[in-house]
Amino acid sequence: MVYKGAASLALLFFLLPVGAQTKVDAGHQLYRTHCFVCHGEVGESVPGVSFRSGTFRRASTDDEIARLILNGVPGTGMPPTNLTLDDRRNLVAYLRSMHTAGEVAKGTGDAARGLAILQGKGGCLHCHRVDEKGSRVGPDLSEIGLLRDADYLEKSLIDPDSAIAPANRFVRAVTKQGTTINGRRLNEDTHTIQLIDSDEHLVSLDKSDLRQLTLIKQSPMPSYREKLSPSEIADVVSYLLSLKGTQ
Amino acid sequence: MKTSALLLFPALLSAQVSFDRLLHTDREPNNWLTYSGSLAGQRYSLLDKITPQNVANLELKWVFQARSLEKFEATPLVVDGVMYVTEAPNHVFALDAKTGRIFWDYDYHPSKDARVCCGSVNRGLAILGGTLYMGTIDGRLIAIDSASGRPVWNIEVGDPKLGYSITHAPLVVKDKVMVGVAGGEYGIRGFIAAYDAKTGKEAWKFYTVAGPDDPGGKTWEGDSWKNGGSPAWLTGSYDPSLNLVYWGTGNPGPDWNGDDRAGDNLYSDSALALDADTGKLKWYFQFTPHDEFDYDAVQIPVLVDANWQGRPRKLLMWANRNGFFYVFDRETGKFLAGNAYAKINWATGLDEAGRPMRAPNMSPTPEGKLIYPNLFGATNWYSPSYSPRTQLFYIPSWQDSNMTMAKMSQKYVPGQRYTGGLPRAANAGRRGLRNTPVEDSAYGAILALDPQTGKKKWEFKMTDVTDSGVLTTASDLLFAGGREGYFYALDAQTGAELWHTSLGGQVEAGPMTYSIGGKQYVAIAAGTSLFTFALRD
Repeated sequence: MVYKGAASLALLFFLLPVGAQTKVDAGHQLYRTHCFVCHGEVGESVPGVSFRSGTFRRASTDDEIARLILNGVPGTGMPPTNLTLDDRRNLVAYLRSMHTAGEVAKGTGDAARGLAILQGKGGCLHCHRVDEKGSRVGPDLSEIGLLRDADYLEKSLIDPDSAIAPANRFVRAVTKQGTTINGRRLNEDTHTIQLIDSDEHLVSLDKSDLRQLTLIKQSPMPSYREKLSPSEIADVVSYLLSLKGTQ
Repeated sequence: MKTSALLLFPALLSAQVSFDRLLHTDREPNNWLTYSGSLAGQRYSLLDKITPQNVANLELKWVFQARSLEKFEATPLVVDGVMYVTEAPNHVFALDAKTGRIFWDYDYHPSKDARVCCGSVNRGLAILGGTLYMGTIDGRLIAIDSASGRPVWNIEVGDPKLGYSITHAPLVVKDKVMVGVAGGEYGIRGFIAAYDAKTGKEAWKFYTVAGPDDPGGKTWEGDSWKNGGSPAWLTGSYDPSLNLVYWGTGNPGPDWNGDDRAGDNLYSDSALALDADTGKLKWYFQFTPHDEFDYDAVQIPVLVDANWQGRPRKLLMWANRNGFFYVFDRETGKFLAGNAYAKINWATGLDEAGRPMRAPNMSPTPEGKLIYPNLFGATNWYSPSYSPRTQLFYIPSWQDSNMTMAKMSQKYVPGQRYTGGLPRAANAGRRGLRNTPVEDSAYGAILALDPQTGKKKWEFKMTDVTDSGVLTTASDLLFAGGREGYFYALDAQTGAELWHTSLGGQVEAGPMTYSIGGKQYVAIAAGTSLFTFALRD
């Protein structure tokens, strides 16, 4: 994952003018010192924030991003900094460079064909939802293009077990009365667990009322390795990458 | 006549808090006069009106909602019915401890030059006479009149532009106010200093990084001592019988890269015993020589007089961030015992002198190395507690935590972060609002350790980790919370849960207790508010 990220960066360095490359380099150093711990190597460690998407929820211009770096975001884990304006500009240059561009961003498939597969033979909407269509039982895909890159999405389709995020684990709960509840875990603490069940109901369970609680490691999603051809998978990936939600 | 005057003017009860009162907090358990409740750092209260039998009848009495969205890490003081508490970063309030109503507030605005690694926080105040003392995130120490909230003096302790800041409650000893400095992630040269309580004039200063001509100076390669870190960002303890102040120090800088600071790097990650009058070092013990993991020895030193192997001894107990629990003779600094209380892979154990035996090839590398425990440690600054009744040592702990620690070379730039590394991929510490642990996630626990054996007497598990302090009382109750926002009362003998309530925000402070008119209260900060409980009327 790290090496792939580095490879796409190298591509960007090649595409950028020499002066910009220096700024990006300087920004990269600053990123590793100031941003890395929370935002991670590829800028996707904070839920709902992806530097690879090229979109910033709270800023759009370079100046706005630089101001955000200076002031932080009150009420979140994002602290203010005391970086100089030059440093902040370099950092912005690096953040901009993290956006995956060209084929990497769009995928190599045909998004329109991908949509048809998603709605048809893929059967994806039996569990997933895109905007107003589909089920809420699986993770909502309406903004997936903001949150994941092509590699990750392809891996999710071919080998769902290896790509399932802790936040999307399914659980099986059996109450002391013998009722079984299956669903996707939304939250858990020492005493309770919250989930969306197979009927799309939000359910909160007190662990003291349960006889059994099993966290399921495997993804309930089937692998599409045999179900779709490589080009069909590329089509689905391209469609998913186009999903940026409603801003 | 006397009684009616007291009823009419309860504020008149506010007497001067002499140092004698601070020395004998056991004589007035209705008050909470220091950060840990006593100068011995035990966070143990003699109050016993709330018991294991009636604790289920606790109810919320009042809430103080901070205007700041920063973490609320402060422990309040209570002096004769008046509560003094800080909201982040440096806003002081005097409240009616019975109702939470505000008498006065003093809102100090720190300089924009303030640099803090881990939140613009404040953990509380100290009091002497009629004066409160607060350290600030821009490296200042301020004396405040406890009746009016007006500042009396305000001095610079360290230059905020270079990363010096103060986040902990000061320590008052005799006529001096003592503070250490934070800034271990900014290449500071750490120190602990004492100031005249009346004037703010510096009385002594002890550098926690030995200079080239000091004893211990050879434990730093070249000029690395100049930016050696070793901050002291939590309150120390005091033993009047020895006239020694005990203080813990933090990581050497840069945190995760020891390449340019060959040697043990004294006095980073150490317990220090300093003469209270002169600041002279009486003894030290370094927990993690040449630390490359950010294992600050920044914990409350807990002073205990108890039998050790059959004879009375003055002990110092210390559960360290590095995963070991230590017992010392606090008169001489002699290491008596040390045992791991969490999963550790950076050391294979302690030798006879208590020095860790480093596991081979367990240092951060450029590619990253998986280290147990993670940089937040097996415990951290969260207050422990010692109960003289149960003779157990209680700590909040992160169990099975790990992190991939990677180093990188870094040049020191004044005022910029100077950490030399990239901690990544920790198995603890959720980001965001939901908690979705998996099989190999770290978990939080309150541990009861038997100091005589170093073994766990009991463990109270939580799904998420905890940054809460621990309080014990003379009725064998233990209070603590966690990141999930639960606040618990446990049986201090057995660890059985007796009561819990949900406060809706992470508990990142230590609980404390006080009483007014015979009614016992328990206060704890969670999220951005302070909650106060007492038994149902």
